[in-house]
Amino acid sequence: MEQTVCWCGMEQIRIHGRGGQGCVTMASMMAEAAFESGKHAQGFPSFGVERLGAPIESYVRVDERKITDRSQVYNPDYVIVQDSTLIELVDVAGGLKEDGMIIVNSSKDAEDIDIDTEAKIVTVDATEIALKHLGRPIMNTALAGAFTRATGLIKKESMAGIIRETFGGEIGEKNVKAMKEAYEAVE
Amino acid sequence: MAKMLTGYNAVAEAVKACNPDVIPAYPITPQTDIVERISEMVADGELTSEYVKVDSEFNAASTAIGASAAGARVFTATCSQGLKLMSEPLFSASGMRLPLVLAVANRSLSAPLSIWGDHTDTFAERDGGMIQFYAEDVQEAMDNIAIAYRVAEDNEISLPALSCLDGFILTHVQEGVEPFSEEELSGFLPQRDPIYTLDPSNPKTMGAYARPEHWTETRYTVHKAQLKAKDKIADAVEEFADIFGREYGLEHRGLIETYRAEDADVILVALGSICGTIRYIVDEYRKKGEKIGIVRPRVYRPFPVEELNKVLEDAEAIAVIEKDISLGYQGGLAIDIKSAMYSTGSRIPILNFIAGLAGRDVRKDNIRKMVEQTKEVRGKNPEDVGFENEERWDSLRTEILPGDDEL
Repeated sequence: MEQTVCWCGMEQIRIHGRGGQGCVTMASMMAEAAFESGKHAQGFPSFGVERLGAPIESYVRVDERKITDRSQVYNPDYVIVQDSTLIELVDVAGGLKEDGMIIVNSSKDAEDIDIDTEAKIVTVDATEIALKHLGRPIMNTALAGAFTRATGLIKKESMAGIIRETFGGEIGEKNVKAMKEAYEAVE
Repeated sequence: MAKMLTGYNAVAEAVKACNPDVIPAYPITPQTDIVERISEMVADGELTSEYVKVDSEFNAASTAIGASAAGARVFTATCSQGLKLMSEPLFSASGMRLPLVLAVANRSLSAPLSIWGDHTDTFAERDGGMIQFYAEDVQEAMDNIAIAYRVAEDNEISLPALSCLDGFILTHVQEGVEPFSEEELSGFLPQRDPIYTLDPSNPKTMGAYARPEHWTETRYTVHKAQLKAKDKIADAVEEFADIFGREYGLEHRGLIETYRAEDADVILVALGSICGTIRYIVDEYRKKGEKIGIVRPRVYRPFPVEELNKVLEDAEAIAVIEKDISLGYQGGLAIDIKSAMYSTGSRIPILNFIAGLAGRDVRKDNIRKMVEQTKEVRGKNPEDVGFENEERWDSLRTEILPGDDEL
């Protein structure tokens, strides 16, 4: 396992999704929101040829100081799982820090999620929230809201601002509502 | 004002500020997003450049040459096989003394086919008379576009320039940058003012046939222009720092940048984005009281030999970590560093690590291993390091290699 360096105050996030679910867009919005929150941020996809439905990953790094690390993320502090069917296929908790957190888009309770990890598991039914507000199962913004509440890493106002900027107009407002509902749904 | 931009959008913003007259474009991963974003800018009227959709990279470079010969400011972008296809006309561009600026999203070369990054594509253009800049981060990739235009279009230089950034690692990362506008750039980057242009009212030929009694002298002048470019880069980087406050190795004439190298016993030399990761390892060793540092050439051609010799001469061991292999004889950067150092009589052992080819991730642990190996050769003579160890392949998967009989 990659040695963790004590001076490094960096927070690393890994997002698991399927091609087409907006895994990269989510990393991008979260990095922008962290940046708006006054931090240094870096967002990047797992580089390669993306195919619709195939398991993909994206990453976010957040730090108080400039981020120059160009290696991939191996020991995330946080993991986000956009699609719970990936849990059987991908080692979503791989390298996750023991005191970290894994946020899963699922209608189940955290204790019913079968992931082998010491880290805290948080669930939110982001798809249901997305369907309610958007009429489509595009759950990124809701999931980002849950992440914002569960981690405190990003300010809610920054997240809302970026969502409005990304989607604009009525769609933007609907996404902000989805984000806020998921924010409230998490302890 | 600082904003979050993806590398390809950031490069497109820098190109917009430089306001080229002509942009011939042909897509190739992972560069495509640069010219796609520029095509949007042109379509939306944000940029008035003539955007020429061409049928190949050969045509892109040829169109760029034609436009540059007519006096235009020209931009295009490519990488990998695309750069190979441009290579034939690009060698002519330098011989014809035509300034062009290309963004190269560094990517490996076939075969096997790979879309991921390394420096083998631009290193293969080493001898083509093109100035080569390498960026460590997205901001530098943006700034190098402006610096490249300023140097390339200087009438004493008048050469093509490659502004290189690591494919995917920098083109597809989103990070905070300070964009600049055409207006902000106006004092730094003047309108192009060429001495000779193709002009129907005053016809002339460019790039014509030269007999043996003339050819050598044309190549000599390209070489001299390359060497002169070092002074021009130094001036440009200094003036850029005055205007924008961003400094790129000012104490080394903008040709190289160092990180904690002043008193370092072990110095790691590398190009581009990998240096960002190495910084963390240097800090880690420094915290333990071990003197490790980085030397990062920002420019590969012209080769900053004087600046490198100066910062490397007091090291006890040097590691050249590079995303290139000159098949049949070591990595290209190491060959040049050894030539530079050993021609001064230096006997510092120089190890050459081949790493990060075709997008293989260079992890912090890999870099720690390279540092440890380099520490071991401190104080040894180069010949004692062993010929067979003259280049070391990082994280080579020996278990999937064929047996010795089959190699």
